[in-house]
Amino acid sequence: MPALVLIVVFFFVPVLLGFVLSLTNARLTSPQGPQFVGLDNFTRLFSDPLFWKSLRNTVYFGAVVVPLQSGFALGLALLINARIRGINVYRTVYFLPVVTSIVVVSILWTFMYQRDGLVNHMLQAVSFNLIQGTDWLNNPSTAMPAIIFMSIWQAVGFHMVIWLAGLQTIPGDLYEAAELDGASTWQRFKYVTWPGLRATRSFILVTITIAALSLFAQIKIMTNGGPLDSTSTVVFQSVRAGYEQQQTAYASAISLVFFVLVLTVSLVQRFLTRDKD
Amino acid sequence: MATITTTRDGVPRAASQPTRGRPDRGFGTIGGYIGRTVLALFFAFPIIFMFASSLKPDNQIFADLSSLRAFLPVGDISMDNYKAVFDTVPAWRFLANSIGVSLLTVVLGVLVNSLAAFALSRMRWRGRGFVLAAIIATLVVPFETFALPLLWWVNKLPWLVMQNGQPMWTLGWLDSYQVQIIPFIANAFSIYLYYSYFSTIPKELDEAARIDGASWFRIYRSIIMPLAGPATATVAILTFLPAWNQFLWPLMAVQSENLRPVMVGVQYFFQLDVAWGPMMAYASLITIPVLALFLSFQRAFIGSIASSGVKG
Repeated sequence: MPALVLIVVFFFVPVLLGFVLSLTNARLTSPQGPQFVGLDNFTRLFSDPLFWKSLRNTVYFGAVVVPLQSGFALGLALLINARIRGINVYRTVYFLPVVTSIVVVSILWTFMYQRDGLVNHMLQAVSFNLIQGTDWLNNPSTAMPAIIFMSIWQAVGFHMVIWLAGLQTIPGDLYEAAELDGASTWQRFKYVTWPGLRATRSFILVTITIAALSLFAQIKIMTNGGPLDSTSTVVFQSVRAGYEQQQTAYASAISLVFFVLVLTVSLVQRFLTRDKD
Repeated sequence: MATITTTRDGVPRAASQPTRGRPDRGFGTIGGYIGRTVLALFFAFPIIFMFASSLKPDNQIFADLSSLRAFLPVGDISMDNYKAVFDTVPAWRFLANSIGVSLLTVVLGVLVNSLAAFALSRMRWRGRGFVLAAIIATLVVPFETFALPLLWWVNKLPWLVMQNGQPMWTLGWLDSYQVQIIPFIANAFSIYLYYSYFSTIPKELDEAARIDGASWFRIYRSIIMPLAGPATATVAILTFLPAWNQFLWPLMAVQSENLRPVMVGVQYFFQLDVAWGPMMAYASLITIPVLALFLSFQRAFIGSIASSGVKG
């Protein structure tokens, strides 16, 4: 079975190599083979302030994006689930940023976030010149929030469609029954919609979390980790170490910590959203 | 006989038709439309701005920022930015590379993953359950966790080339087309999608064919695959999008300009003194193919994303 060979060679081998190489001094291109150095890479990593900063930034990004994006996506899904004329047009437009590559989106918003860029001009226009804006990506206190806003704008349509698929598995009879019983809009949501979305909910939670923690492209294109490392993330740091500085071993150690982070978070989420029946 | 009921908005509807998850909530029709339109503008304005700016010289882009002209193709409109793109970077080459790499990944991915799913769902062999579980387990591990060990690893892999008519082994896959394609062919999610689709196809069909003496491959090719069209469409879309959008991997694994894909090409615009007009033109250029595909196959695109959530 060719697929099995490919999965072993390009998934299981590199995953295992990650564990092995993190205990060596392997470099990307080196005449000598890797030598065993014990836990040196981890000692170095845990005493590196940049690592802790990157970890904090990654967790910050995830902690903001996961609830905001899943909530906003659910709101949009409810809006486009209504039976009104032309609803497909709205669905298509809300989905447009998803088919636009994150690389394109990052360039575009870098342009828009400039001091004299479109975002500040629009803020001035809607606030009658009250809000002056800032150089969003070059200001350490606004760079990450700006990237968060853009990332949600780009990806929310994806999860909207997944919520929508979940909504459409809920039998319409339930809504009719609730309506006959005189349930309000909020009660229908709370007692029919929300319980009906249980499986979708845990899927959305896990996928948004993994995608958020893997933040890289936006950082690479928009800020290169700056200003003052305020947007450096774990994956960004591992690429800088393993590719730009060719330190495969150190990068493997970072990747391994990342692996543990992702695994722990998704196991905790699975536990919290497990079937309690 | 269908009984007719009347819904809140007074439109009669056959009660026998199930109305799955479609509450008739328009949030008040006029207000609903206004709210939805505002949201549509929120999602569309940067993209409209990108296309409009790609047609304007830099000084006009900036002059237009403070009015609605920013979103309209008005004023000094020309294709000059697009000409500048082709003059400064090998854009045709990048496009050809991306199209070739994406299409090959899709074709090989459909083939390899459907075969794997076929073996898992139709043939009986030892270790089948274990292999299926191992494949499913790979779904929770993001690519970013093993990209750097993988980079080291592909640099050690051999490749057969023809040199002066003689086959010869070379070492290291960095800087090649295969490094952009082969690691991404086998995909656990595609196998899973095919596997669940195949299990909805009645086993009686292939059992009858086996009694008639058909080989496994013939059953795969003539019975199962022709019935699995929707699964193939989904797999093709879900393979094409990430292949076209690849950025992290080719950034690291491909150095030569003539092998690089479109997304890595954006780097060239940041190195030079940034000219925003040509950059918007390049951004538009690499968005148009996917946008055109999406607008022509909307239903399939959205359906395939929706089906990725069904696994729960």
